Amino acid sequence: MTRMTMATAVSFGARVAEAHRAGVLVVQPRMGFADPARMRAGLLATRDADAETVGTLTVDSYTRLGDLAAARRALENGEPLNGYPIATHGPATTRAVLADLVDQGFPVQVRHGSPAPGAIIDAMLEAGLTATEGGPVSYCLPYGRTPLAEAVEHWRRAADRLAALQDQGAEPHLETFGGCMLGQLCPPGLLVALSVLEGMFFAQRGLRSVSLSYAQQTCPAQDLEAVAALRRLAAEELPGIDWHVVVYTYMGLYPRTPRGASAVLAEAARLAVRGGAARLIVKTEAEGSRIPTIAENVAALEAAARAARRATPGAEPEDTGLYEEARRLVDAVRELADDVGTALVRAFRRHILDVPYCLHPDNPRRSAAAIGADGRLHWTAVGGMPIKPDPAARVEPLTASSLLHALSYMRRVYDGIDVS
Amino acid sequence: MADATRRIPPLRTVVTGVASDAHTWNLLYLQLLLQELGHQVTNLGACVPEDLLAEHCLAERPDLVVVGTVNGHGVRDGLRLIAALRARRELARLPVVIGGRLTTDGRTTPAQVRRLLDAGFAAVFDGDAEITEFCLFVSALAMRHAAVP
Repeated sequence: MTRMTMATAVSFGARVAEAHRAGVLVVQPRMGFADPARMRAGLLATRDADAETVGTLTVDSYTRLGDLAAARRALENGEPLNGYPIATHGPATTRAVLADLVDQGFPVQVRHGSPAPGAIIDAMLEAGLTATEGGPVSYCLPYGRTPLAEAVEHWRRAADRLAALQDQGAEPHLETFGGCMLGQLCPPGLLVALSVLEGMFFAQRGLRSVSLSYAQQTCPAQDLEAVAALRRLAAEELPGIDWHVVVYTYMGLYPRTPRGASAVLAEAARLAVRGGAARLIVKTEAEGSRIPTIAENVAALEAAARAARRATPGAEPEDTGLYEEARRLVDAVRELADDVGTALVRAFRRHILDVPYCLHPDNPRRSAAAIGADGRLHWTAVGGMPIKPDPAARVEPLTASSLLHALSYMRRVYDGIDVS
Repeated sequence: MADATRRIPPLRTVVTGVASDAHTWNLLYLQLLLQELGHQVTNLGACVPEDLLAEHCLAERPDLVVVGTVNGHGVRDGLRLIAALRARRELARLPVVIGGRLTTDGRTTPAQVRRLLDAGFAAVFDGDAEITEFCLFVSALAMRHAAVP
């Protein structure tokens, strides 16, 4: 059989699974630079960090939104971009960025956030990259106003294109961003359900290697229960699929002190190891105020790896009903249609799913959540979702100041300035 | 005494992100803040194309447009946005303000602020600390509206 160029690319999923079996947490940055030389330097530094790493090529926001003209203008005028414009640089440039990396066994994942990823998928495949992330809900609702039904159609095509590579000897990998919706103030039951539903969507399109995300929230015990629920649901719903769980270091307002920032990162690494996740997306100390440098990314990768080495796997999570809540949501969505994509569109239309504080026109906007006195996320309103609001949670209408208070919760706690 | 207790009529405001910015927490915060100051808010959300914003303003004729952005493309996208609004004669005098984190390095230069003001923004609020200035601006605008017979 003739092996296509794709076959030379290392399998992202297999590489992570191998490290997981060896008991080592894979750590990954969220790095993206417009300049090819700097992008390459970032990938080399990631590879050479003192940690088990995979590389990241984060795409800029113009490319993410399909405004390739704006990305080109910015490149021509030498203006800064917030990521690597993969569809503008062209395959030769991107292959040069990746030379001796992907083809030498160092996996690189393309991260973008696009509800209509066609051009990005084209560009990454042309450059020999086969691992990316996204999803019809998670890359649509939090990021703009593309109608959900259109995003589902775009992501069907994207998943189909990736799955087709499997016939050419490659093992493409797709990660769902469903466990990260809006980054904060979304109760874990819904995050877990969306992560699994998008994983099922990918599997239904024929993909054999996927990962399921979960973003660290405000309470370590609740997060541990969520990661366990995610793994249990994935095992039940994704038979025969190579899957792993990826934890995201807290995505909301980050501590300002170096001590606070490294404590949040260490907590995320601990969560990943104790919860049985295979991969961790790190965050740097600079993240809160600007796009971090290569050196800051490497420092975060190495700090996360050190924290992971100190943690012990196999923690027994408590059971507060988080699995059952996620299970109810998954079941209610699956009842709506055999096709998971169609079911997801109907679920939002019928208020079966409702992401709190998401301003997208297709989100029902009837649910709400809050951080309780116990530090956990609680539903304060569930809209039409088939779950119950937490009776213990105080239901108070959100104000500008209570929103800021909730959004800055982790910063206050980890910077040690919580006076409540 | 009657004057002192007279309510300032609410402003009809539009909160919006810029075309390339997907962040929404900042927009939700601005919505709640304006509502608590007593004003009406239509929140257009993230990634609003300039034309959609212009069409909305032509249809609804708001008293104030508040542009919030934190992804670092704010200066460039803001200039595009204000040009699209000012291109419509009916919107030539509509007050439009912009704030948040406007550049990728987190520092907006005086020259960049000047460009935004020259292009037609009524005010530029750079960084968290300027929220008070923003509230003062909104209150002053509401008072001016109330003073117009």
